[in-house]
Amino acid sequence: METLTFLVFAALALGSALVVVSHKNPVYSTISLVVTLFSVAVLFVMLGAPFVGVLQVLIYTGAIVILFLFVIMLLNLQPRSRDESPFAGQGLQLAGAVIGGLILWFLIFFAFSNSRFAALKPLTAEMVSLKTLARDLFTEYLLPFEIVGLLLLVAVIGATVVARKVPQADSTVAYQKPPEGSEP
Amino acid sequence: MADLASPNLLDVAVKLAVMLGFVLTVVPVMVWVERRGSALIQDRPGPNRLGPFGLIQPLADALKFIFKEDVTPSAADKPLYLLAPILALLPAFTTIVVIPFGPTLEAFGRSIPLVIAPAETGVLMFLSLASLGVYSLVLAGYGSNNKFSLLGAIRASAQMISYELALTLSVLAVVIPVSSFYLPDVVAYQQKHVWNVIPQIIGFVVFLIASFAETNRLPFDLPEAESELVAGFHTEYSAMRFASFFMGEYASMTALSCLGVTLYFGGWSLPFVHLTGWIGAIVGLLVLVAKVGIAMAVFVWVRWTFPRFRYDQLMRLGWKVLLPLAILNLLAVAAMTLAGWL
Repeated sequence: METLTFLVFAALALGSALVVVSHKNPVYSTISLVVTLFSVAVLFVMLGAPFVGVLQVLIYTGAIVILFLFVIMLLNLQPRSRDESPFAGQGLQLAGAVIGGLILWFLIFFAFSNSRFAALKPLTAEMVSLKTLARDLFTEYLLPFEIVGLLLLVAVIGATVVARKVPQADSTVAYQKPPEGSEP
Repeated sequence: MADLASPNLLDVAVKLAVMLGFVLTVVPVMVWVERRGSALIQDRPGPNRLGPFGLIQPLADALKFIFKEDVTPSAADKPLYLLAPILALLPAFTTIVVIPFGPTLEAFGRSIPLVIAPAETGVLMFLSLASLGVYSLVLAGYGSNNKFSLLGAIRASAQMISYELALTLSVLAVVIPVSSFYLPDVVAYQQKHVWNVIPQIIGFVVFLIASFAETNRLPFDLPEAESELVAGFHTEYSAMRFASFFMGEYASMTALSCLGVTLYFGGWSLPFVHLTGWIGAIVGLLVLVAKVGIAMAVFVWVRWTFPRFRYDQLMRLGWKVLLPLAILNLLAVAAMTLAGWL
């Protein structure tokens, strides 16, 4: 039963991830991303980390991806056909995917062949429980936690500055017709 | 937390049948309550021809929806257009799995927690599954390929993201004194102390307003605002697909009412009464149904009493009033919990 569930959701995650990068229509890519994130959340729950899984759905699928969709709908992007791809051709895309995959594989390989990681044991349910997680975040990892919070604040302020309407000199003039014969 | 890995499948099936039966029964009853309630408030008879007090009317409505022609616009994005009404039902029917509907039942030589999914992260699970509801509206609006629908979808996504923050923060304020995300613990806490609505009245008001916005009910029904957007995100839908959105709205109302009642009004429990065993289970379920019924009546009452917000008023209320209020409430509750007052 557990293996079957794992296989179904692992296949869903991989398949929908492929659709995310290969579909022509950005709306379909975004919807596939929802499926990917949800399937990965299920895998988290199966690994005994329900909190991480639930947060993944709450934050990523429930908030961030819906913002993606929001922007895509506002921009009204048209589906792009294969031949007007910004890259020269499919060969280059394939090469990029292969090189990226190899780099990732090497990273994972070296991380796990490192002796520090070999000595580690699997996490117990106690170690991923909400209480432990919260205590660690607010004691041992308080500084990194606060720095991440600050980083998000900076991003919010940055986004507000970028999105702010700059009062343009000529747009105000357009409404005030200068009186006749009063040229500066 | 009970063991999630090896639940008794028969128990789960029975509990699922009880809760799904509850939600599915509530939908037609609510359609009747809504129509008769609106008639009462507007001083007109309302549907009163079919059965006593027009009680059979929802059945006739359902038959009508089934036999109507199902139209798909030729310019629609077909897969998304067909997917959206299905997604409308999903969040409401998945979130009720974390709602407790009775005390732990000692029967058949084992103890059965009367909640479908005894998950440690219950409250968060509810919020995360409920947040997926916006996809149905957005996909309906985009898939219909209609300007009114798209405008409704954009409004829906902006509105639901804005009010979700206030909703989540007010719910978290309840979780702090209980120090558990498991909803039966929240009920047990209220049995020991008082109903949360008394110490957390500010949080409750924020929760109430935000839940009207999350279910897209008046005064927050801008995604479908019929005076400006025809019918908003579901303009192009007809027959059972339209009925599916309709059912989704009532089912979401039921699910949110269940959460609100459990968080602020003691859930299935009654004050000063402690029943156990089968009687406790049955009384618990009936109490929950009664409380949810009152909450749903408030939904109807509010819908036919208040006019619709303007869009800028909606955003101002969400971001400049409810969100700061929810944050202040969270801080106050945290401080009071630390001081040992709660």
